[in-house]
Amino acid sequence: MSSIDFQTTRRLPLSPMRAIGTGLITLVAALSLLGPLIVPGDPLAQSLIKALAGPETGAPLGYDHLGRSVFHRLADALRLSPVIALAAVATAGAAGLILGTLSAAKGGWIDRIFVMLADALLALPGLLLVLIVLAMVPGTALGFWAGLSLVLWVEFFRLTRAATRETLASPAVQASRLLGFGPVYLFRIHIWPEIAPMMLTAAAFGTATAIMAIAALGFVHVGMRAPTPELGLMMVELLPYWREAPVALLSPVVVTFALLLGLTLLAGSRET
Amino acid sequence: MKLIASRLVQAVMVAILIGTATFIMMRSLPGDAAWRIAAGRYGYDNVDAAAADTVRAELGIDGPALPALLQWLSDLARFDFGNSLVSGQPVMDEIVHQLGASASLALVALLLSLVIGPPFGILAGLRPGGMLDRVLLVASTGVKAVPQFLMALVLIVLLAVHLRWLPAAGHGELRHFILPGLTLALGLAAVNARITRDAMARIADMPFWRFAQWKGLSERQTLVRHGLRNVSVPLITYLGLQFVTLVEGVIIVESIFGWPGIGHALVHAIFSRDVPMVQGTALVLGLGFVIVNSAIDLAVRRLDPRVAG
Repeated sequence: MSSIDFQTTRRLPLSPMRAIGTGLITLVAALSLLGPLIVPGDPLAQSLIKALAGPETGAPLGYDHLGRSVFHRLADALRLSPVIALAAVATAGAAGLILGTLSAAKGGWIDRIFVMLADALLALPGLLLVLIVLAMVPGTALGFWAGLSLVLWVEFFRLTRAATRETLASPAVQASRLLGFGPVYLFRIHIWPEIAPMMLTAAAFGTATAIMAIAALGFVHVGMRAPTPELGLMMVELLPYWREAPVALLSPVVVTFALLLGLTLLAGSRET
Repeated sequence: MKLIASRLVQAVMVAILIGTATFIMMRSLPGDAAWRIAAGRYGYDNVDAAAADTVRAELGIDGPALPALLQWLSDLARFDFGNSLVSGQPVMDEIVHQLGASASLALVALLLSLVIGPPFGILAGLRPGGMLDRVLLVASTGVKAVPQFLMALVLIVLLAVHLRWLPAAGHGELRHFILPGLTLALGLAAVNARITRDAMARIADMPFWRFAQWKGLSERQTLVRHGLRNVSVPLITYLGLQFVTLVEGVIIVESIFGWPGIGHALVHAIFSRDVPMVQGTALVLGLGFVIVNSAIDLAVRRLDPRVAG
């Protein structure tokens, strides 16, 4: 059953689920990138007289407790955490890919050391690791990038290592080796096509995990610092005022949910 | 045996990793670490330059990093976590105190999730493609995309603030368990239900299932005799993986609901740069994960002897 499912998703990269997911992500991206161009405004400008006021033309989603435009803060926040998340996923993906291939190709002690390290990291809850790195690295954005990369590379490493080991043992690779092709050719022709479809799934999951982590830590006040517009921080700031300004609280909630749902759908089902 | 050995190696690696990370954290703290440690030992009123120098000489704080790191790790190996920099109490005492609160919350969440998720999963798996199956797929995909802090927010606004059924935060009474427990349980149940559904559908498609029905067992008897044990194997394996989600959830959910557990303590310790507390709580969370996973490996072997072969 599951192998058939997997093959159909591979042949049709845009299943209905994935199409909906891509649509949701595009919508959120459009809001964050085009929104401020259509309705110009400043995410940090305060005007206390408008605190918790409803939507108007200058601020389509109303104002927060300090009279800042929720729309522009939201657009800003939607550029901040996804950019950190994508940077972390790119770093983690590259590291996992290189170390995983190396580990599978060399075997022996190199393999054992990396696997042991990956297992130890896997035993640590990701948020815990991010929190520890955040406390060590100066600068919150940099800390998030470093911590999340450290958490996320393990998944890429394990996927790459497993797939590469299997491929390297196949008759096709043996034939290529006998013909004298080098490691770069082997990777490009034999290994990469095996890994590539898994990478998209892992990257989408990784991005969702990263965005969730940044928002969750913001929500409990140990992530991004106050004036920075960030999804979790915005929600916790607006939570006490939800009766007065429900739209202001609901908009980051709805957009975060849409973004995460989009990424989950794009990733597709992760079969075990 | 081999399994336990590899888990032991994993546990030791976790301890070294956390020990080294917290050591680097200690070294990169602003201010003079010797003064801080001396203050932790003798009390803030009794610290003078002489006491700080004694500590400095004893721990080799200004010396080369490697011997100091080894000293730090050997303290760890003797389970000597030191004193909290904030409260001055031994870290061990505080952790023992908090572990109970966290464990009871995690247990309640796990049980709630098992009450909510698998029954739906079994019903859906018995009729794959049916109405319930499709509704369950949409519902669990949606719930899975809701991060725990968002779930907490929705539940607080809905059940505590709007309907005023439950207290939004607090600890000590039974009703205080419901909101944080439910927050954690709903996320777990979304995955539980899917795992159970897939396992149930797979098993109901097997020849032995059809044979059991053909020989005259009712659907209920077939399920109890042939279904539940088979379904429980992937479910229990998954519970091990979900423990990570649970621990991460505990960190967030405890902070939101003011639950006096390990996660709450960790966030506070990180916030106030209380390194011994960070080390202690992180270690307990990491090692707890290894222990739970070992227990689950063993349980799966007991339930399904085929795995051992």
